[in-house]
Amino acid sequence: MDFNEAAGTNPIDQTRVVGHAHDRVDGPLKVSGRATYAYEFHNEAPDAAYGYMLGAGIGKGRIEALDTAAAEAAPGVLLVLTHRNAPEQGKKGKGSARAQMASAEVRNFDDPVAFVVAESFEQAREAAHMIRVRYVTEPGRFDLVAERGNAKKPEPKGSTLADTAVGDFEAGFAAAPVQLDVTYTTPDQSHAMIEPHATLAIWHCDRLTVYTSNQMPNWAQHGLASILQMEPTDVRVISRYIGGGFGSKLFVYGDIIITAMAARKLQRPVKMALTRPQIFNHTSHRPATIQRLRIGATPDGAITAIGHEVWCGNQEGGTFETAANQTRLLYAGKHRMTSHRLAVLDLPVGNAMRAPGEAVGLMALECAVDELAERLRMDPIELRVMNDTQFDPETGPERPFSSRKFVECLRTGADRFGWAKRNPKPGQMRDGHWLIGIGVAGAIRENLTMKSAARVTLDPQGQVIVESSMTDIGTGTYTVHAQIAAEMMGVPMERVIVHMGDTDMPEAAGSGGSWGANSSGSGVYAACDKLRRVLAQKAGFNADDVVFAGGKLSQGNRSVTLESLADPQGLSVEAEIDFGDLTKRYAQASFGAHFCEVGVDLATAEVRVRRLMSVAAAGRILNPKTARSQCIGGMTMGIGAALMEQCVVDTRHGYFVNHDLAEYHVPVHADIPDMDVIFLEELDDKSSPLKAKGIGELGICGVGAAVANAVYNACGVRIRDYPLTLDKILPHLPPMV
Amino acid sequence: MKAFTYERVASPRAAAEAVRRNPGAKFIAGGTNLLDLMKLQIEVPTHLIDVNHVGLDTIEATPEGGLRIGALVRNTDLAADRRVRRDYAVLSRAIVAGASAQLRNRATTAGNLLQRSRCSYFYDTTKPCNKRAPGSGCSAIGGFSRNLAVIGVSDACISQHPSDMSVAMRLLDATIETVMPDGASRSIAIDGFHTLPGDTPHVETVLQPGEFITGVVLPKPLGGKHVYRKVRDRASYAFATVSVAAVITGDRARFAFGGVATRPWRVTEAETRYGDGAQAVADTALQGATPTRENAFKIPLLQRTLAAVISDIKA
Ligand SMILES: Cc1cc2nc3c(=O)[nH]c(=O)nc-3n(C[C@H](O)[C@H](O)[C@H](O)COP(=O)(O)OP(=O)(O)OC[C@H]3O[C@@H](n4cnc5c(N)ncnc54)[C@H](O)[C@@H]3O)c2cc1C
Ligand code: SF4
Repeated sequence: MDFNEAAGTNPIDQTRVVGHAHDRVDGPLKVSGRATYAYEFHNEAPDAAYGYMLGAGIGKGRIEALDTAAAEAAPGVLLVLTHRNAPEQGKKGKGSARAQMASAEVRNFDDPVAFVVAESFEQAREAAHMIRVRYVTEPGRFDLVAERGNAKKPEPKGSTLADTAVGDFEAGFAAAPVQLDVTYTTPDQSHAMIEPHATLAIWHCDRLTVYTSNQMPNWAQHGLASILQMEPTDVRVISRYIGGGFGSKLFVYGDIIITAMAARKLQRPVKMALTRPQIFNHTSHRPATIQRLRIGATPDGAITAIGHEVWCGNQEGGTFETAANQTRLLYAGKHRMTSHRLAVLDLPVGNAMRAPGEAVGLMALECAVDELAERLRMDPIELRVMNDTQFDPETGPERPFSSRKFVECLRTGADRFGWAKRNPKPGQMRDGHWLIGIGVAGAIRENLTMKSAARVTLDPQGQVIVESSMTDIGTGTYTVHAQIAAEMMGVPMERVIVHMGDTDMPEAAGSGGSWGANSSGSGVYAACDKLRRVLAQKAGFNADDVVFAGGKLSQGNRSVTLESLADPQGLSVEAEIDFGDLTKRYAQASFGAHFCEVGVDLATAEVRVRRLMSVAAAGRILNPKTARSQCIGGMTMGIGAALMEQCVVDTRHGYFVNHDLAEYHVPVHADIPDMDVIFLEELDDKSSPLKAKGIGELGICGVGAAVANAVYNACGVRIRDYPLTLDKILPHLPPMV
Repeated sequence: MKAFTYERVASPRAAAEAVRRNPGAKFIAGGTNLLDLMKLQIEVPTHLIDVNHVGLDTIEATPEGGLRIGALVRNTDLAADRRVRRDYAVLSRAIVAGASAQLRNRATTAGNLLQRSRCSYFYDTTKPCNKRAPGSGCSAIGGFSRNLAVIGVSDACISQHPSDMSVAMRLLDATIETVMPDGASRSIAIDGFHTLPGDTPHVETVLQPGEFITGVVLPKPLGGKHVYRKVRDRASYAFATVSVAAVITGDRARFAFGGVATRPWRVTEAETRYGDGAQAVADTALQGATPTRENAFKIPLLQRTLAAVISDIKA
């Protein structure tokens, strides 16, 4: 099915099932421990051997000497794989798959040096510790601030260009009566999902099956095939349940590749999980950014020039953090520019994490807007409203937004949160030893769509089975697929069975960039639409006005049960949704606004969030319960980014030194107050037949800035270097009396 | 983790005997610290002596009017004890400010006193660390030291002592009771229990190899107002950036500090400056501090926290 024109009325609009809060269909399995995660497919491989990866202990250099004799002789050890005996590997493949242990070179800390396989996990781990490695360390580039001057203009990243320019920014900014020129920095951050990267690899002759934890099974399939020099059709990737990914599991790391190589060598299933510390340096992270924002405005608050420049670093060939992207779309203004510059760093690989681009871009932009409002003596909401635009400000009215309720989000939130009570002068509100502040920030997240296929089968019992390689990374996709199929086929949700996460099934969009539910749900829609036509034809109905309801299809006063139309072996159809150029013709994004109240301790500068509210307009909300969960998860991450999350770089040794969850802080329950999420009514007929848009990542976009703006309002201290830890605020607090 | 043998003992005497037979042995109580370190091969005992069944899990009144806390009393139970909450509230508060409920349910009184460093490099076996590998060097000096100590440090080690409970124990002048492998017992005042790193940061207490803690004795209650204020980077489940334990009775005060020093920190001379205000107390307590660039903020932070604690108590 091609989606080239705005969607008309379709069966989803009935909203009998879609649009209502449903518990997760996989919920009971998960809370009772019966959902099988990658490391737990015991029945598929009762004889699996256990692998343990030894990562490099240096940031950059090479292995000079490697002594594996003791490990090889250790009890239970079956194989010690190193660069000396690893099979030859192919080119870099999809999902950023790259060869592992292909040479003595160490590309980054915890780059694999050896992989020990043994009968038990404990044996493998102990033997790995017996391996003696001597390195030659080489000087590395580990410091973004120092390398900023060497940053180069990178290749475009997808549709994101390194540079954009409209009008004459420099002249426009210079001529602006009110000018703001500020630089913000954000640190390296780690995804910190619960389930570690884990893989079980099983070979059947020359066919490989990997059970792994990956958001994009088809990328992994192709990436793995490329590295192992196989046909993708000989690789099957299964990711049925995923304990969080946040972007980290879009990609292929050592666990998948090395486990597959070892299993092949041993002719025996092998499994492994990365240890928590290894996740920080071996897998990807969100790269640190330096962001300069320049905004010029008229005294009454109209933005005339807006420029956003970003510097970040990555390994050779790596991509950049698209942090300036949203600045192209969020506010009006005649003269505009964005730029991204990329320095080569020898730190671990940076890549997508939790709303790549916007999450950190808005932490700078939306604080800068707050700063501008103060300079203009304007209410920050009014400033945003004044500079709202209903079309892409780079192209003009010929490219309108498909839907944009940014102003409504701000207004609704202001009303519900009690914005009017805020004192615009910082440091005026007290509650005991807390200085209280309120802040706001806008949210935007680009709406991404990806083609997606699904197979729908009607079985003779009248059950509807939905299959695709889609993944549910804890987001609720199983549930949303069940809702869409139930809605389309006119059956209760209990009669829908959803399978996903298997590359032997039709290729779906996978989970990333908040495109999952909308894109893959549209694939399910397309397949159901096809099945409806087949069934209507079988029943002798005219497909266009047949009604699917109550387990029957009917036309006029004639009706037929679904099951009566199924073949004994079931009736299967497959279809794919293919998104055309509507994203070119219309700017598409989800919008929101976040409102935050914080307390800053007068004595210690500890910051605690007291209230957080998000208002979101993201098209049709397919399931308000799972959508809300997505948003509060994102909001929690936003609090983390604002106040505590940071991979500390040891620039002497070239690695993230706080590589465990005791030292890399994410918010705990006590950091999270009651959070409120409000969804505005919206249907976006240019986004998909479901009229939905991406929602998950919208929850994080802008939250960090709302927190930081609230901190400023509380104590008058503007910290432009995230996270806002107490040591940065403390020197600016008034002396204790 | 290295393979080890394991035995379970039923009495303190049996524990002492077991350790005499196995010089490479370690006691395991709650295991919340030891097991983590064994997984990383920072601790490599060849034999584990499980002391969870030796008894010593009650809190009893002493003839002197204090309390004897068995070594195996869980942190949760100690913090919840009615007498502790009434007479030694600072101890209760310090304990519940630490770790998480699940950890406190497992963690024991002796284990908490003996918990080891939280310095990132101590945990990273690819880096030099004098505490883990004596003589290898200190990676934290010149490296990531934001959380580490500003006082009591040496050129060999600047790791902070991570325990909250021990700070309160220090304030209360607790005494640690032990038995030696040869069966002899002794009492160690807490001010002499934890050692400064000096040239031997791998030595953290005056315990002899194989010496077994049987309990901790608290002297009779001090009365007064008890406060434990822990400042940290998130609201819970984080080690102290700085902490202040205080007991104030009229114009007399006791203070002990966590997060800032290589052992639970108490300077009795500082307490005599109480009448001169928080600044004077803090200045005396931290006299001679040598912070790093990253953790210098702990000095004003401690001063301010102390000032807040004192003004709260007075209010
Ligand atoms: C994630 C995490 C967060 C934490 N946060 C905090 C915090 O905020 N504040 C805080 O204070 N603590 C914190 N802790 C530390 C926790 O308090 C300790 O792990 C715990 O108190 C150790 O007690 P245990 O009984 O489990 O000791 P074990 O791990 O069993 O033993 C620790 C050491 O004591 C020895 N030992 C045990 N019993 C005896 C005995 N009777 N005689 C002689 N030697 C003995 C063992 O041989 C071992 O060397 C945290 C721990 C974790 C894992
Ligand atoms: S401060 Fe102490 S624990 Fe940390 S690296 Fe130095 S010696 Fe090791």
